[in-house]
Amino acid sequence: MSVKTFTPAAFHHQSAQALSNPQLRHNFRGAMDGLMAKRLGSFDSWDIEALRDLGQGIRQKALRHLPDLLEQLEASCQRNGITVHWAESADDAGRVITELCKARGAQSVIKGKSMVSEEVELNARLAEAGIEALESDLGEYIVQMADETPSHIIMPAIHKNTADISTLMHQRTGTRETNDAEELTHAARAQLRDRFQTADVGISGVNFAVAETGTLCLVENEGNGRLTTTVPPVHIAITGIEKVVAEFKDVPPLYALLTRSAIGQNVTTYFNMISGPWRGQEVDGPEEVHLVLVDNGRSRMYQDEEYAETLQCIRCGACMNHCPVYTRVGGHTYGTTYPGPIGKILMPHLLGLNTTKNLPTASSLCGACGEVCPVRIPIPKLLVRLRNEAVGEGKGNIEGAGSARRPMEAMGWKLFSWLARHPRCWRIGVRVVQACRSAVPKRVAPWTDNRVRPTPAATSLKQQLAQRRRS
Amino acid sequence: MSTVKLYPPKPEKVYFFGTCLIDVFYPGAGLDAVSLLERENIEVLFPDGQTCCGQPAFTSGYRAQAIDVARHQLRLFDEPWPIIVPSGSCGGMMRRHYPELFDGQPEEQAAKSVAERIFELTEFLVHVCHVRLKDHGPDERVAMHTSCSARREMGLADTGPALLRQLSNVTLVEQARASECCGFGGTFSVKHGKVSQAMVEDKCAAIEAAQAEHLVTSDCGCLMNIDGHFKYRKAKVHGEHIASYLWRRSS
Repeated sequence: MSVKTFTPAAFHHQSAQALSNPQLRHNFRGAMDGLMAKRLGSFDSWDIEALRDLGQGIRQKALRHLPDLLEQLEASCQRNGITVHWAESADDAGRVITELCKARGAQSVIKGKSMVSEEVELNARLAEAGIEALESDLGEYIVQMADETPSHIIMPAIHKNTADISTLMHQRTGTRETNDAEELTHAARAQLRDRFQTADVGISGVNFAVAETGTLCLVENEGNGRLTTTVPPVHIAITGIEKVVAEFKDVPPLYALLTRSAIGQNVTTYFNMISGPWRGQEVDGPEEVHLVLVDNGRSRMYQDEEYAETLQCIRCGACMNHCPVYTRVGGHTYGTTYPGPIGKILMPHLLGLNTTKNLPTASSLCGACGEVCPVRIPIPKLLVRLRNEAVGEGKGNIEGAGSARRPMEAMGWKLFSWLARHPRCWRIGVRVVQACRSAVPKRVAPWTDNRVRPTPAATSLKQQLAQRRRS
Repeated sequence: MSTVKLYPPKPEKVYFFGTCLIDVFYPGAGLDAVSLLERENIEVLFPDGQTCCGQPAFTSGYRAQAIDVARHQLRLFDEPWPIIVPSGSCGGMMRRHYPELFDGQPEEQAAKSVAERIFELTEFLVHVCHVRLKDHGPDERVAMHTSCSARREMGLADTGPALLRQLSNVTLVEQARASECCGFGGTFSVKHGKVSQAMVEDKCAAIEAAQAEHLVTSDCGCLMNIDGHFKYRKAKVHGEHIASYLWRRSS
């Protein structure tokens, strides 16, 4: 079964499959353990909590003024010679970019890493128009070669080990089979090099878009981002509307948080600040630069004060790396563009709860995600809120609200609530449970699949305390 | 984010909120917690009308039902005594979520008053009672699992281990990924049974790899899960609530 056919509705089946795949679990466990340790080490000499406060403040400030900042960003970009396009939906984004490519007669596109482009399924849309898009980020290159989707938002091919990649590259590109990751990287580099030079258009994402200066910041390690945005005659940047920050001085703290939270790096190999097309005197640069600002459900999230906090996200992936569920089932299991804890909040907003209702419950609410989030998004709190909406008890206007409601379950909680407010009846309930203690069936799936059944005590704490007080 | 809590001097009396899991499944742990408090010359008041903190409904999405349950518990603690909860998850619910649930409601003040007086048992023993434990037990290697709620909602990663370290014959072992969830998560363990099972298997394997003979935790949900798996596998590690372990060895 191809991961492309995975769906959020089939989370249970997909997670069971992933859990029974020892290689996959080994790959994720090893990678995530490494990332967690590196992250911690990289914050060693920093006051991490103070930095998180700063990051949260910057993102909150940007979101508070989002409509104004977007207009300011558009004006600043235009001043810099960057053409700004607005895309309300994934369809719009696909159409805008396809048209820009067609206008240049483009047949081949080279792409830097962009999760928004995954979100709007850009490659498929370009293919429909006869335009070939090639991913140039190494992880994305591998994932594309395997006809898969990314399993992590920062490390798209983290589910594969060196041997998997060696076999894949051998089959698809004829490279020599090897366990030497460096040799494979060199082979990929050689395969990609020409493609930068021959591509008609380069498409990249954006990490921070600065409203004040009209600067598009791009964080990367491989240099493919720089090549994508400077070598082809046209550069199209695609990003979500929430990526805007107010001022240039907002960037350094966010950058410091992003690289450390994502991969435990103090600094990335490349940090690109794109401020417009080639201006004649410069050594290189594209003739045209476009910015496509994608809404795709974001402004709906923005209307809700609590869910709007999700838009603070800087896409570092730390919540995934630290999630006990994600680290065991991997990214594909979620069947969504954004997996892991942040995906469990984002995706119900992008797709509605009808298909994603199993995602908010796929958390033990352990809080590891919220603890590491560099901009302090209260992920567990938002998951509880989504559960509330999913069972039809909430007040939000999210699509598919109530789709997880089961009448028996709802009745059960109402009964529980009533009993818990009527202590005498509650005590009778406790006695009934005690009386039936030997009648508890040996198997209560799924609990007893690998645990003994919990057996009620013969007498309750309340009874035992009363007894003790009497004696 | 956990805020800095200023601890009061040791009071004459405390309220004890026994939690529904202890009441029904682990009454011994509740009794031992009461014994630990009484040994510190504190009178323990057990409000009769207590039932459940409401967390199961809350985390399952049934917020209104949880609020009704919580409202009932708010009425149990009229006098200004501290409220001791031998569980991080119920403690976290009452300290962190009660004020949020009653925000802007008539019960807001009552919820805040209760929240401010909530202490998890090990927190109270360490920071308020300043207990000194005398160990009468044999040499033993012990692993501690601090529940995620105690660790992250209440900011109490250290109080349980601090108490265990007072026991002179106990070696507190370091387990790999100690801060990782055991996989209980209330209804999560049923709704996503397979994932939960994988988590508890890993947790138990880490505890065994640390060569622990005993596992203690301050949360009965985690205990039911972790010890339940050890018992299922007929493993040598024996699980126990920290109150029982401390009382058994120091009395």
